[in-house]
Amino acid sequence: MTQVSSSTELVTEAVLRAQGVKVYYGTNLAVRDVTLDIPFNKVVAFIGPSGCGKSTILRCFNRMNDLVASARVEGKITFHGRDLYASNIDPVETRRRIGMVFQKPNPFPKSIFENIAFGARINGYKGDMNELVEDSLRRAALWDEVKDQLQESGLALSGGQQQRLCIARAIAIAPEVILMDEPCSALDPISTLKVEELIQELKQQYTIVIVTHNMQQASRVSDLTAFYNAEATEGGNKVGYLVEYDRTEVIFQNPTQQATQEYVSGRFG
Amino acid sequence: MAVDLPSANSALWQPNRKRSKRVQFIVKSIFALFAIVSIATTAGIVLTLIYETIAFFGEVSIIDYLTDTKWTPLFQSQKFGIIVLISATFLTSGIAIIVALPLGLLSAICLSEYASPEVRKVLKPILEILAGVPSVVYGYFALLFVTPLLQSLFAWFATFPVIGLAVPELEGFNALSAGIVLGIMITPLVASLSEDAIYSVPQSLRDGSYALGATKRETVTRVVLPAALSGIVSSVILAISRAIGETMTVTLAAGQNPRLGLNPFVPVMTMTAFIVQVSLGDTPAGSLAYKTIYAVGMTLFLLTLVLNLFSFWFVRRFREKYE
Ligand SMILES: Nc1ncnc2c1ncn2[C@@H]1O[C@H](COP(=O)(O)OP(=O)(O)OP(=O)(O)O)[C@@H](O)[C@H]1O
Ligand SMILES: [Mg+2]
Repeated sequence: MTQVSSSTELVTEAVLRAQGVKVYYGTNLAVRDVTLDIPFNKVVAFIGPSGCGKSTILRCFNRMNDLVASARVEGKITFHGRDLYASNIDPVETRRRIGMVFQKPNPFPKSIFENIAFGARINGYKGDMNELVEDSLRRAALWDEVKDQLQESGLALSGGQQQRLCIARAIAIAPEVILMDEPCSALDPISTLKVEELIQELKQQYTIVIVTHNMQQASRVSDLTAFYNAEATEGGNKVGYLVEYDRTEVIFQNPTQQATQEYVSGRFG
Repeated sequence: MAVDLPSANSALWQPNRKRSKRVQFIVKSIFALFAIVSIATTAGIVLTLIYETIAFFGEVSIIDYLTDTKWTPLFQSQKFGIIVLISATFLTSGIAIIVALPLGLLSAICLSEYASPEVRKVLKPILEILAGVPSVVYGYFALLFVTPLLQSLFAWFATFPVIGLAVPELEGFNALSAGIVLGIMITPLVASLSEDAIYSVPQSLRDGSYALGATKRETVTRVVLPAALSGIVSSVILAISRAIGETMTVTLAAGQNPRLGLNPFVPVMTMTAFIVQVSLGDTPAGSLAYKTIYAVGMTLFLLTLVLNLFSFWFVRRFREKYE
């Protein structure tokens, strides 16, 4: 059994709480026994080697795994204390309240304006659409760059702008949590910096979980860091698990597990 | 060889460059020959069309051709109002697309978005086989099955009070059943090509939509279909050109009566049906009637060309590049 240290002092109020979560793809166990709390208005980073199940766990939080026919989630995930996987919970409503930004920017082939208005429309937004679009773009630090081309295709933007458009799109529907799966991995350093600054801004109002392979990024933007690792079973499958979860400076400077120490210092595997 | 590169172990490595170059040349020439044959054939067809069409317009004024409202090239008093044949072609193809568009699009959406991968794997090839059924089969199906069926349906409706009076009589040859069967015939084409377009919309767009709290229906209608629009439109246009050029079904089921108008219940004559009629009769080469089929063929060719150019433009204009 893995040890998971937890510093109780930093857990203000858990927005999301995973307890003994296991995820299967078909009959293969992909991740086991993940227990962690995501506290209110904090940035939590998920780090770990490829294939250890970071994305998988992330996708459990907004029930995106429901869309993968073979995926099965066991254990308990609560959102403000309510079981996310209870039969009376609507996954569609869950996804409105827990937004997601993907690894590759995926703006819709629509105008910049429509990219943002889309989510608001389908969720029955009754306010002023122009205001909402402007406000979301401003908060995503994109307004000044695109304000004169709102009717142009979102696909005409650069990769970094596209990713900020996707962030704007996500915050336009007023989620409480934003899940980000390697949001900067397809971006150049300058765009990455912009997105990181943006995350610092967004932290004031949103709870953020970010998966990243970039150690500096994790240490720069996050308050807490979860390190995952994978081990091979007898069958030859790799099963991911949570090694250590603590305040980011503890993980990077003084981790309790040796694997964590090796991973964050780049002496891994 | 142009330059002799110094070689360290020339004894071990002696590729026969001369021979491979010669083989390369022969293969290239063979392919070039094939390419030239097919291009030359097409050019020959178009040139013949143009040549005979010019000859035709030497005898018939182009104004009459475009404005006359009668089509009687085989009668004593010859009239060449192409609009008569165009109206029939427009009618049958119009009915066909009214049938094929919803049917084909819905099956494409079902297949790519709702069917399980196993079902899709079985149904997709079946759809493609259906597109290959010979059109003469469809023609007989229209004439001997659909028309009698529609006739009894019409007769049944006619027994109702009030609305019964408004029910027209359906003749043995009519544009309606030809159009419907034409529609059934091009449905697999629409379905198969639209399905390709819908299926190739990247999964990441669907994920993005779901992550914003969209339902499946919203995702399909507001993200996937708009993203696949250019592919869907070009599949529909291809199907329309297919319907316009289709010959067997309309000749067998729609009849041979050149008649101006859009009444689907009476026999009409499409452009293709006219070409069949003249080709089958013993019209001497060089006669005016003979030249007429070239003029009609040219018109047909131009119509489909315009459609395809539009499709080409539309796809170029609206295709989204995701990478
Ligand atoms: N849709 C799927 N179907 C089947 N297996 C999957 C699926 N998605 C992920 N897996 C498996 O689950 C395991 C964890 O994958 P996951 O994508 O969560 O890893 P990750 O930690 O995000 O890796 P990376 O850093 O490369 O993104 C892997 O072994 C992977 O093969
Ligand atoms: Mg991942």
